[in-house]
Amino acid sequence: MSYDARLRVWRGDASGGDLQDFTVQVNEGEVVLDIIHRLQATQTPDLAVRWNCKAGKCGSCSAEINGRPRLMCLTRMGTFGEEEVVTVTPMRAFPVIRDLVTDVSFNYEKAAQIPPFTPRQRDADGNHRMQQVDVERSQEFRKCIECFLCQDTCHVVRDHEENKPAFAGPRFLMRIAELEMHPLDGVDRRRLAQDHFGLGMCNITKCCSEVCPEGIHITDNALIPLKERVVDRKYDPLTWLGSKIGLRPKD
Amino acid sequence: MTTTLPPRRPPGPHAPGRATIAARTLRTDRWWLQPAITVAVLVAFIAYSTVRAFENAHYFAEPYISPFYSPCITTACEGSSFPELFTGPSWISPALYILVVPLGFRLTCYYYRKAYYRSFWMSPPACAVAEPHRTYTGETRFPLLFQNVHRYFFYLGLLFNAVLTYDAVLAFRDERGEWFHMGLGTLVLLTNAALLWLYSLSCHSCRHIVGGRLNHFSRHPVRYRLWGWVSALNGRHMQLAWVSLVGVALTDLYVRMLATGAFDDPRFF
Ligand code: SF4
Ligand code: SF4
Ligand code: FES
Ligand code: FES
Repeated sequence: MSYDARLRVWRGDASGGDLQDFTVQVNEGEVVLDIIHRLQATQTPDLAVRWNCKAGKCGSCSAEINGRPRLMCLTRMGTFGEEEVVTVTPMRAFPVIRDLVTDVSFNYEKAAQIPPFTPRQRDADGNHRMQQVDVERSQEFRKCIECFLCQDTCHVVRDHEENKPAFAGPRFLMRIAELEMHPLDGVDRRRLAQDHFGLGMCNITKCCSEVCPEGIHITDNALIPLKERVVDRKYDPLTWLGSKIGLRPKD
Repeated sequence: MTTTLPPRRPPGPHAPGRATIAARTLRTDRWWLQPAITVAVLVAFIAYSTVRAFENAHYFAEPYISPFYSPCITTACEGSSFPELFTGPSWISPALYILVVPLGFRLTCYYYRKAYYRSFWMSPPACAVAEPHRTYTGETRFPLLFQNVHRYFFYLGLLFNAVLTYDAVLAFRDERGEWFHMGLGTLVLLTNAALLWLYSLSCHSCRHIVGGRLNHFSRHPVRYRLWGWVSALNGRHMQLAWVSLVGVALTDLYVRMLATGAFDDPRFF
């Protein structure tokens, strides 16, 4: 069972472009990426599109489909009506290179700024100790496939390019949370998260969590817990006092 | 505003080098529905609770007291569910002295923040829908920096929950103050208190305090277990926020109906 779908694809580059209309055949069970590939094979051989795994695991095929940031390879055509025009654009928060391909180097720059895992001192017997329950929480964050859809959706930078230098975005604030929660990491990242990576700009409106194809609870499990830790360090006079006079255990 | 304005561009996902798309959003679903519902419910609640807080009447019907007026701390209070701490001007409703706690608790709640930032401030109204503002600083400066006091409101909220639970216990009396009686109102007050406990215990600050702030869960097995329970509740925080909000309003309405004589409390025993 196949039908002809009406597709609207953004084509162009950094100097400009527009939405162009196409009619492309769709077979049962196909995903948007299949249709883009068919478009490329049959009508527009020079259409630029980035992809690798077609299985929602490499994070390459991020785009916006009917205005929603999604992976093209995980979006079934069956979710749209046969009469519906399906609009595919590149991610709108990053500079476009060509057609559906964007320049995501913003994300690599932010990743590089995060101080790496720094093991704390060993126990007296020369060992490092941690248990499964100690790291379980942050294993959720390791599911990230770095598709950067959360970074693309976050209004802090999506709607305000000028915030990019001051804001690392949900994916990397989550990385900081992961390290901050790590039992063997010796760096206090709380001030850094707030003052250098812009945690305070996040207004916990949860769009990152809404679009994450891995279903990571970015806001509830990483950003809000990190905000609470920052409050401990910067804004709560009682916890500050408690840690000064040694009433609060460190971990 | 002290900063210089960024170059004039229409607000939205526009910047040099990005794909040139004029539309504020290309979403085709009804993304505006959720913020619209949020505004409608919150406005209705605010209107109702404001009227009730200023009404200064019909908040007590032996043995029930409305949650809007409890703890009732002035000598002007009807009933005697709480020690009278001072005498205020009679035209000031006793609700006004205490409402700051539940109000502050909910205003600084992480979930309500999301709800009103999206629906009232449209920052953003929905995901991948451009916000109308030209500049954005989030919660980095006054006044929104003060959202960080949330945990103190959480502690105060727990005290209020204890008072409202006490009110529910007092509701096991009849009109003459005899114990071991029960009416529909008792159930109403009990449900209200239970919902408020669930809402408070599912709080993100609570989750942090009971165990979230620890890195070595294995060294704190009890707190780890508590953290697990609170985390499970925390996953339902949004639902609990709404249900408990409506619960408070309905409880107040119930007491008001009894106090005005519009309804008679069915007594069980
Ligand atoms: S929750 Fe915070 S980080 Fe996530 S999209 Fe919203 S503002 Fe951005
Ligand atoms: S957190 Fe989710 S949305 Fe963000 S980059 Fe990782 S997988 Fe993608
Ligand atoms: S192609 Fe790998 S995630 Fe879509
Ligand atoms: S986060 Fe909602 S009450 Fe604390």
